[in-house]
This record gives sequence, C-alpha cells and structure tokens, in this order.
Amino acid sequence: MNEKFETHEHDVLIIGAGGAGLRAAIEALGQGATVAVVCKSLLGKAHTVMAEGGIAAAMANVDQADDWRTHFRDTMRGGKFLNNWRMAHIHAHESPERVRELEQWGALFDRTSSGDILQRAFGGHTFKRLCHVGDRTGLEMIRTLQDRGVNLGIDVYMECAVTRLLKDGERVSGALAYWRETGRFVVFKAKSIVIATGGIGKAWRITSNSWEYTGDGMALAYDAGAELMDMEFVQFHPTGMVWPPGVQGILVTEAVRGEGGVLRNKDGERFMERYDPDKMELSTRDVVARAIYTEVREGRGTEHGGAYLDISHRPAEYVKRKLPSMYHQFRELADVDITEGPMEVGPTCHYMMGGIRVEAETAQTTVPGLFAAGEAAAGLHGANRLGGNSLSDLLVFGRRAGLSAAEHAKQSGQVTIEAQDVLEATREMLEPFERPAGESPYDIHRDLQETMHNYVGIFRNEDDLKKGLSELDSLKARAEDVRVEGSRLFNPGWHLARDLKAMLTVSEAVALSALERQESRGAHSRIDYPNYNEGWSKQNNIIARGEHGMQLKQRSTEEMPAELQRILEGQ
Amino acid sequence: MSDAIFKIFRGDRGGGKLVEYQVPIAPGMVVLDALHYIQAHQAPDLAVRWNCKAGKCGSCSAEVNGRPRLTCKTRMDALPLNEPITVQPMKSFPIIRDLVTDVSWNYRVNRKIPPFTPRADVEWKMGQRDVDRVQEFRKCIECFLCQDVCHVLRDHDKGEQFGGPRFFVRIAGLEMHPLDRLSRTDLLKNEMGIGLCNITKCCTEVCPEDIHITDNAIIPLKERVVDDYYDPVRWFLRKIKRQPKDK
Ligand SMILES: Cc1cc2nc3c(=O)[nH]c(=O)nc-3n(C[C@H](O)[C@H](O)[C@H](O)COP(=O)(O)OP(=O)(O)OC[C@H]3O[C@@H](n4cnc5c(N)ncnc54)[C@H](O)[C@@H]3O)c2cc1C
Ligand code: SF4
Ligand code: SF4
Ligand code: FES
Repeated sequence: MNEKFETHEHDVLIIGAGGAGLRAAIEALGQGATVAVVCKSLLGKAHTVMAEGGIAAAMANVDQADDWRTHFRDTMRGGKFLNNWRMAHIHAHESPERVRELEQWGALFDRTSSGDILQRAFGGHTFKRLCHVGDRTGLEMIRTLQDRGVNLGIDVYMECAVTRLLKDGERVSGALAYWRETGRFVVFKAKSIVIATGGIGKAWRITSNSWEYTGDGMALAYDAGAELMDMEFVQFHPTGMVWPPGVQGILVTEAVRGEGGVLRNKDGERFMERYDPDKMELSTRDVVARAIYTEVREGRGTEHGGAYLDISHRPAEYVKRKLPSMYHQFRELADVDITEGPMEVGPTCHYMMGGIRVEAETAQTTVPGLFAAGEAAAGLHGANRLGGNSLSDLLVFGRRAGLSAAEHAKQSGQVTIEAQDVLEATREMLEPFERPAGESPYDIHRDLQETMHNYVGIFRNEDDLKKGLSELDSLKARAEDVRVEGSRLFNPGWHLARDLKAMLTVSEAVALSALERQESRGAHSRIDYPNYNEGWSKQNNIIARGEHGMQLKQRSTEEMPAELQRILEGQ
Repeated sequence: MSDAIFKIFRGDRGGGKLVEYQVPIAPGMVVLDALHYIQAHQAPDLAVRWNCKAGKCGSCSAEVNGRPRLTCKTRMDALPLNEPITVQPMKSFPIIRDLVTDVSWNYRVNRKIPPFTPRADVEWKMGQRDVDRVQEFRKCIECFLCQDVCHVLRDHDKGEQFGGPRFFVRIAGLEMHPLDRLSRTDLLKNEMGIGLCNITKCCTEVCPEDIHITDNAIIPLKERVVDDYYDPVRWFLRKIKRQPKDK
C-alpha cells in the first residue's frame, strides 16, 4: 500500500526532538531498535534550547544535606500532592544519575570550587539543587543530546510535522506527516511511538512559548484514543517581560530570583512579604504569579502593568556572569541595564503540568504501542511544577519512554497501515486550500488567544469558564472553514491551520477540566472556590474522546505507601 | 506612530523578487515583529523561521539591509527608517522559500566531527577556570550567520573542502574540553580545510553570541595543526604541557 507516498519504517518513531524525544531516541537506539525522530523545526531548536535556569537533581554538591527524599518531598509539596507519587519518586531518585550521564557525554556545567557541578537555589527547592550553565542550561542540554544521538545514528526528519497517528486495530502503527519544505506527505510506519511534543502555550496571548507549542502531541494522542489528565493545571510563570510590546511574555528566568533578585511594586514595597513571608521571592510559581497579578490589579503595578524585579544590588560582574542572557535580553530588547536598575515583569503562560496520562514506570499511555514523555505527558508535577524539574523530567522519563518503546517493538509483530486512513488524513490537510472562501487562520488564532487569556487565565470563575467554552465552540466552527492561500511550499499559514485544530482540542480540555474542579489548588485558582477542597485532593480530571465529543471523568490517585508518606511528613 | 517600508524577498528555487510591505511601527519593535505583522495581515504564506524570539535558538537569521542578523534582535529604531528596509535570505545557502534557506549542509558537516571522548578513568572534576574557555564555544546557538558571512563559503562556495567558522567553534569546544582525549587536527587540516581561513574576522563580527571565533577558536586550532604537522619541537613541548591526545 501507500506506493503513492514516501514511506519510512522504523521500530520506534519519536515525535519531538526536545530533551525528552532525544533522550528517548538515545535509549531506544541503545536497545538495538531502529529509531526515527521527527520534529517541526530544525534539529536543536526545540523548546528545550530556551531553558535557562537549570536542571533539578539532588546531587548535594553544594548543600550536603540534600538527598532524593527532600527532592521528592519538595516536588510533591509544590504539586499540592496531586502528583503521581510513583513518578515523583522515580524522578527524585534518578535525576542525579541522568545529569552525570549528560556530563559524561560532554555537557559542561558551571563548577563548584572543588570541581563538581555547581547548583543554585530555585523556588520551592529546599536546597541549592539546580545544576546549571549560567542561564543557558537548555542549550547545553539539547546540544549534548543532539550530538550524541546523531553520532549514534538516529535518523532525524526535521521540519516535518506529524498531523495524525495511524492505527492497526487498537494499537498504533504509524503516523502521517508532511515536509514543511515541499508540502509533500510522508508516512511513518512504526511498532512503537513516543510523543515528546512539549506544551500548549500558544493558545494564550501572553506566553513564553514558541510557535511550536500548540499541543499537537496531546491532540494526536487524544484523537487516537488516549487519555489526557490534569488539563486544568497550566503554569503561569510570574516573570515574563511586559515591555516593549513585541517581547511581552518572553521569559525572565527564575534564576534572577535564585541569585537574589527582589520583587517590588510601584510604591517600592517588597510585596512578597504579604503573600509568603518565609520564602518571599522564592515561593512557588503559582504563589508569586498570583501575587504580581494581584498587585497590578489593585493599582500597585508599574508603568507597563507589571512588578519590578531588581538584581542591581549584586555586583555588575556577578550579574553578567551568572545571568548573561538576561543581561543581553534586557539591554538589547528593552533598553534596560539590569546591573543598574530593575526589570519590569509580569505573569506569562509558560508550562503545561497536564497532558497525556502515562504509567509511571514505562511512560505507556492507555493506547497500546503509544508512549509519552516530557511536557506532553502528565503526572510528575501535579498541580504545579517546580522550576528545574522539567529538564530532569525530560531526562528521566525520556529515557524510560525510549526503553519501553524499544521493548514493546521487540515483542510486537508486524503492523499494518490502512491506505484509507492515510488518504483521509491527507484530505483533511488539503481541504483548507480547496475552499473558495473562508477565514484566515491568523484571525482565528488571535481570537483563540484572546479567549483563553480572558476566560481561562490565572484567575478563573464559573461564568468566565462557561463563556470561554461557548467561545471555543464558535471558534471550532470558524476553524472548520479556515482557508489557506499560497502554495504548499513552506507555508506557515497552512501550518497554522493545522495547529489551530490541536490548540482548540487542548483548549477545550483545559476549560472543561477547570470548570469541573471546584476548588483552588496550585496553578488552578478559582475566585469562586478560593480554598482547597478535601474531596478534590485525591482526584485527577481525565479527558477522553467519547462518542459525542469530549468526555470528562475523575480518577482517584493511588494510595501512597507508608514509608513515602513519612517522608512527606518530615521537615 | 509612523509606518516603515519593507522590501522582502519573495520567491523560491525558481527565482523571486523583492516585494514591498508597509508596517506600522510600535515601540521597541524588532524586524521579526514586522515579519509576523506581515504574515498576519498581508502575506499569510510568507516563509520565515523563528522559535524563541529572544536570541536563544538561532532560527531567525536573515540579511537585513545586506547584513547577516538575527531578525528577533534587530531593533527597528536602530535602522534608518527614511528608506525601505530590505530583508533577504542568507546568501550562502540554497533558498527554499522567501527567507527560509536550506541549511542541511551544516548538519552534514557536523556529522564528520568525532564526539567528546573522555580519557579513561577520569574523575569528573574540573575547575571553573578551565571550563570558562570552553563554555564560550558552547554558547553557539547555530544561527549560521558566521557561515553566511565567511567569504570562503559565500563567494568561493568551498563547502566541500571547508567546514566553516561554526564548526571550528564546535571543534575548539571539544579539543579544549579539559577531559577530552582525542585529537582532531587531521580532520581540521584535511576535511575541514582550516587552512583556507585567512583570518578576516568577518565571522566574529556577526556572531550574535559574541564568541571570539577567530581569536579564541580558529587561531589556536590553526596553531595546533601547525604544531602537529610542521613543528616537532613545539609539538613535543605541547605534549608535555597538555595531556597527550590520541590521534
Ligand atoms: C523560556 C523557557 C525557559 C525554561 N527554563 C527551564 C529551566 O530552567 N528548567 C526547567 O526544568 N525547565 C525550563 N523550562 C521548561 C522546559 O524547557 C520545557 O518544559 C521542556 O524543554 C520541554 O521539553 P520537551 O522535550 O518535552 O519538548 P520540546 O523541547 O519543546 O520539544 C518538542 C518537540 O516536539 C516537536 N513537535 C511538536 N509538535 C510536533 C508535530 N506535530 N510533529 C512533529 N514534531 C512536533 C517540536 O518540533 C520539538 O522538537 C523553560 C521553558 C521555557 C519556555
Ligand atoms: S576569519 Fe576565517 S572563518 Fe572567519 S570569516 Fe574570515 S575566512 Fe571565514
Ligand atoms: S558561532 Fe556565533 S555566528 Fe556562528 S553559528 Fe554560532 S552563534 Fe551563530
Ligand atoms: S527566534 Fe530564536 S534567535 Fe531569533
């Protein structure tokens, strides 16, 4: 079949070339599987490259008292105990080994005076725990993984976008993708598929995320029958740039606060004293983001509607050495010298705690042959992620996903792809060209961002969420009629038309889950239900595709063994 | 605020031309903002690469008024606005469409470079001072602007014999890694053609990461090649000064 289409066959297909995808690829290859990695951008440009502050791992190089127990406890506390404790346990245990491995593959972290990997303080971490390279840790990580992967022989299909997963009965058997360069379709046949596509921030107006973050992987998995979990938990990072307009939302790393940065309102008040007097600026992100938002709403915001973040009390040379890219970012884009004066910052949509539901040990989704890791998967972070816990997540669970995917492929027989499914998937892609009239995808995208920003933002309430859901319905209808101009050669408008569908799917899942959870927990803040609700403390919202559209149900979290319980209760 | 006039290359392998667009200027605006504005309002199919919008990913390279630049870091208020701003794709690479070029050659060159190879039984301890020098090279965001500007590639099209400044930077990062044991001087001399570089420093001038490509990477590498190939005395001295490197 499929003589018409370019076809590639591999044991394991990995969608996404960020930290999670590349780490999975290296592991699957190590197991003897043949591996393909597909990504929307060029290799090395995935979101992971932008990570700044560091990788959390209890190596105890700086604070000797640190160990996996404290990391486990911090992660669970940060996640308001909604985390999958099995994942939090594995993560705390395995992160140090994964970081050491990166070093052995050539990564060069900043050093302590005794020559070990240096670690810095970050919000919610009891000890100095983030292994880092100045404020460009993600670049170091992705380059190391990419060079290792390429050297070992993974096949990378770059600027190639997956638009649909293909199935053989209940199990996955491949995917349809298209080359951005030529607009031509390509079929991937695989026994196992790992989704490592990252997050969904592009559905909001103010975000630190790039054009890639449109929730593709979650939507692909959902369409293939997998479950999504914890979709109401969207992290707004407290410190994005607020001015000038073009850079609104671009991240100001938490490392600024980790290195001693102080937050003030326009009256010069160090307002975190009122929100979290113990941890102050290093409180968890949900708390700091709400604090800044509240200051601005109550009229104590800065000229451009943010708060001041000041690191200028530290020596200029120190700031330039520890935060070089922040120094350049502000000097070049905002005309601010951060060694001399404060930055203006405000919340920005940053990270998705929710995502595809997976089994902790194997990263297996509810669909046979389908695995997920990294930001696209849910569970580790619960209701709120601690800074630095994502990069370690990518390494720990990327590796496990690669391992399981390779094992699954070894045990499984040949898979087939139905020509009919492929044809239908290509037809779906080509429709927007064929409509004589219709709306531009850019207009629909803008309105979607406005909707999510206004109705499904940092603070939520029932009326807004219902309004948001009805807006989403009309946006979906408009997206059905989207029209694309131009040819199929590297056409961003065409691409956006496809991405819109994914964004609409995940946006609906977020709004539905947020409406259902009648309490405030972590990143999910309901003005109409401002407190924790015991009834919700052990319930995850689960989204799956039903006969009549999106279905929502609850699933109880698993009881934790007594010895882990004791760790949580410790100091 | 007033408008700016852009002349942007539109076309593909078959050819193309500069097309004019008018864009309202906002405070602090960068060229990439203008390209996005054009996509959203006038040319939905304008092909542009970008990811981070903050100078961290190296995707948005193009030639603005003839100079290789990251469009996300090129402020409009730093350009003369009384004349049109031209934006063209990087000249050294084959065009795909509009501002998007085929940079796959770089990825092929990269594959020739032997990976980091630690010495046996090392203790994983390194001083910050030894690491500093290598970290400079590892700042590279692979924007390929240095490759674009280098005359050996741009005007003489020597891609088959010459690796280009980006990959000298990468090799320097491996060669000077305190725990690496390989020598890559053969590769530098033969496959990477480091001898073709005549130290014009154009690459250093365009590097958005301020890597001192020529002074800190290329010249020391050239010295290593010379030492290993032509100067037995210095070769010997270096051998006892540095840890020996396998060939
Ligand atoms: C500015 C910034 C700073 C951050 N700093 C930190 C930090 O200091 N510490 C920390 O722990 N975390 C940090 N984070 C979070 C962390 O960087 C991300 O969560 C993490 O990198 C995600 O990695 P990933 O491997 O899951 O996905 P990504 O690295 O985003 O990779 C996703 C991949 O999937 C591909 N893809 C997506 N859709 C498709 C499709 N349809 N077809 C084909 N390919 C597709 C993309 O092309 C890409 O290659 C930061 C995030 C941002 C935005
Ligand atoms: S210094 Fe060498 S590598 Fe750099 S631009 Fe000049 S010739 Fe090219
Ligand atoms: S060395 Fe500088 S100019 Fe060259 S690719 Fe790297 S960052 Fe770009
Ligand atoms: S968009 Fe990343 S460097 Fe310009």
